Amino acid sequence: MMISGAEIVIRCLQEEKVDYVFGYPGGSVLHIYDALFKQEEVKHILVRHEQAAVHAADAYSRSSQKVGVALVTSGPGVTNTVTGIATAYMDSIPMVVLCGQVPTAYIGQDAFQECDTVGITRPCVKHNFLVKDVKDLASTIKKAFHIASTGRPGPVVVDIPKDITAQVCEFDYPKSVQMRSYNPVVKGHLGQIKKAVQILQEAKRPIIYTGGGVILSDAAEKLTQLARKLNFPVTNTLMGLGGYPATDKQFVGMLGMHGTFEANNAMHYADVILAVGARFDDRVIGNPEHFGEEKRRVIHIDIDPSSISKRVKVDVPIVGNVTDVIDEILKLLDGGFKADPEVADWWKQIDEWRGRNSLAYRQSNHIMPQYVVEKLYEVTGGDAFITSDVGQHQMFAAQYYKFDKPRRWINSGGLGTMGVGLPYGMGVLLANPGAQVACVTGEGSIQMCIQELSTCKQYELPIKIINLNNGMLGMVRQWQEMFYSKRYSQSYVTSLPDFVKLAESYGHVGMRIEKPEDVEPALRKAFTEHKNDLVFMDFIIDPAANVFPMVAAGKGLTEMILAEDI
Amino acid sequence: MRHIISILIENEAGALSRVAGLFSARGYNIESLTVAPTEDPSLSRMTILTWGSDEVLEQITKQLNKLVDVVKVVDLSEAAHVERELMLIKVRATGKDREEMKRMADIFRGRIIDVTESTYVIELTGASSKLDSFIAALDAGLILETVRTGVCGIGRGDRILKV
Ligand SMILES: Cc1ncc(C[n+]2csc(CCOP(=O)(O)OP(=O)(O)O)c2C)c(N)n1
Ligand SMILES: [Mg+2]
Repeated sequence: MMISGAEIVIRCLQEEKVDYVFGYPGGSVLHIYDALFKQEEVKHILVRHEQAAVHAADAYSRSSQKVGVALVTSGPGVTNTVTGIATAYMDSIPMVVLCGQVPTAYIGQDAFQECDTVGITRPCVKHNFLVKDVKDLASTIKKAFHIASTGRPGPVVVDIPKDITAQVCEFDYPKSVQMRSYNPVVKGHLGQIKKAVQILQEAKRPIIYTGGGVILSDAAEKLTQLARKLNFPVTNTLMGLGGYPATDKQFVGMLGMHGTFEANNAMHYADVILAVGARFDDRVIGNPEHFGEEKRRVIHIDIDPSSISKRVKVDVPIVGNVTDVIDEILKLLDGGFKADPEVADWWKQIDEWRGRNSLAYRQSNHIMPQYVVEKLYEVTGGDAFITSDVGQHQMFAAQYYKFDKPRRWINSGGLGTMGVGLPYGMGVLLANPGAQVACVTGEGSIQMCIQELSTCKQYELPIKIINLNNGMLGMVRQWQEMFYSKRYSQSYVTSLPDFVKLAESYGHVGMRIEKPEDVEPALRKAFTEHKNDLVFMDFIIDPAANVFPMVAAGKGLTEMILAEDI
Repeated sequence: MRHIISILIENEAGALSRVAGLFSARGYNIESLTVAPTEDPSLSRMTILTWGSDEVLEQITKQLNKLVDVVKVVDLSEAAHVERELMLIKVRATGKDREEMKRMADIFRGRIIDVTESTYVIELTGASSKLDSFIAALDAGLILETVRTGVCGIGRGDRILKV
């Protein structure tokens, strides 16, 4: 049977078992919206800004492992998605963004709402396509899902001219995809894996350093098995939190710019680093020269060869899917693993570092942001999905909410995009109906996608917004305080809205919490009495609170500023 | 270090911009780039002349391989290969210079492929250094126009780049 291009788009989504599409209509996608209207399998979430559509699709993926899907119109619809696409790209999130385009005959003529979608998005997608023939439509969408979700995942854009959605052809959805130019490696090289096991056995000061790759390849359970078997300390990157249970004694905390004293020291002084799905980026290892001063051997497991030996020289590269490679290592260790006896001394050293208690924070008459996150952890039983924005609040959430499970910590690690928190909460809730979802944010960030409060009302998404309101672009202020002699250039946010009234005007519940003793009762109320409401919790916090430990830009990983130094 | 990277890439619209964009986004050097379809019209072959340390070259090849349209990448300069570049050069050829130009073209094994009363167009093929020497050997005032294709290269003997 011949069906229209628009119907083909929807049929493809049905074939891919897509249950939600996040989008916003416009001229060039009207045929697609019409096809959407005539069916019920694929549900559409109407956001209030295309950026939010992409963020929500991104979080839908992060919190499930399915591919997120967004649908937008040409021109401004597309340009509004760019921040969202770049955010997903930096964190390797599988996503398909379907974009309308002006009719084929108008392309290149500066037509109304035309933009060079393929050109604009090219540097921030894993791949993109312009569909030029309705006969290629289904196979292109199939390829898009395949490319997005295999190898190192990432966003894929499909640009669809309006005339293509009107033309008709036979619908035939390919079962599989063969591409001679795209065949990601899965299995690691056995010889390399054996070498790695040998080195692990010789390690005297080992550390397991894991990142977002563990989350993306659903390897958390396997990694935990491996770590337990080795009895080595484990540290996670910001993107890797939840890859290993944070409450476990082998966990030394997050590392990097705001990592714990023990994690950063253990990483720096380790003689063997087992890096798993992490990429030694600048926020993690600090100054690379300083990091390079210690002699060590590095084993690096990653699906993307270009992540290996990019910033740090690697001795044993293992290219492959993290889960498969860990599986192989576990098999090799089946006969038993005997660590070097000196590892016991290493643990003593680590415990000494731990004794510094680097996450202790000062008391205050005001609400301390760290305290709010600690209470949030208690009230939610440590089992919530936490989305976040970018700033001090994000670091407090990462440091004080102990993530025991993967895919619970949803934030923009790579691009550091303010504004993701609220739309991330929407994506998470739609992928995990009934789950507890809190968005830990700041008064700066939340205003970057605040319009989504309306979407949350329409679809009844009871996110708990934990606004750590310091009246400042706190993270900017912290840098200015420390490195610019307290010249607070443009980091003070004035004319804030009354967030309680704002929330209420959208039909939600608003609370303002100003005293430390009110923090816990308010949270309990929000998560019990208002379980099914979106609650905007405006916590007026100590504006002087800073994030510690801190490795200043350009400094070595062990050159940390601790709270006690101030 | 100077390197010649050969790439087999799907002959699709935008393939060139993916490669060029990658080089500019990551700050890699491009000295020259040539591209044309191969005997299999669905594939293009690109030759890029670049330079950089071993680490940079390793990243360049890895990043190129990551492009979804790229089928194969080799660094030709890693082993025995031949390389050629084509130049067309238009020179003033009047009076005593006319004979001199013909003589120079002969010495460099160039061919005169267009003749007017006052100009020659000389075609010259060879390693880039040979083209450079030819230009250096001429009186600069007589050179009217030059155009060069950039380097293309191929592995020697059994070294074959094919799908
Ligand atoms: C879109 C965007 N613009 C600018 C920045 C730079 N930036 C990083 S943190 C920050 C301040 C965030 O303020 P707020 O949301 O109030 O969080 P706080 O640090 O106060 O907790 C800014 C401006 C960014 N990360 N993203
Ligand atoms: Mg703030």
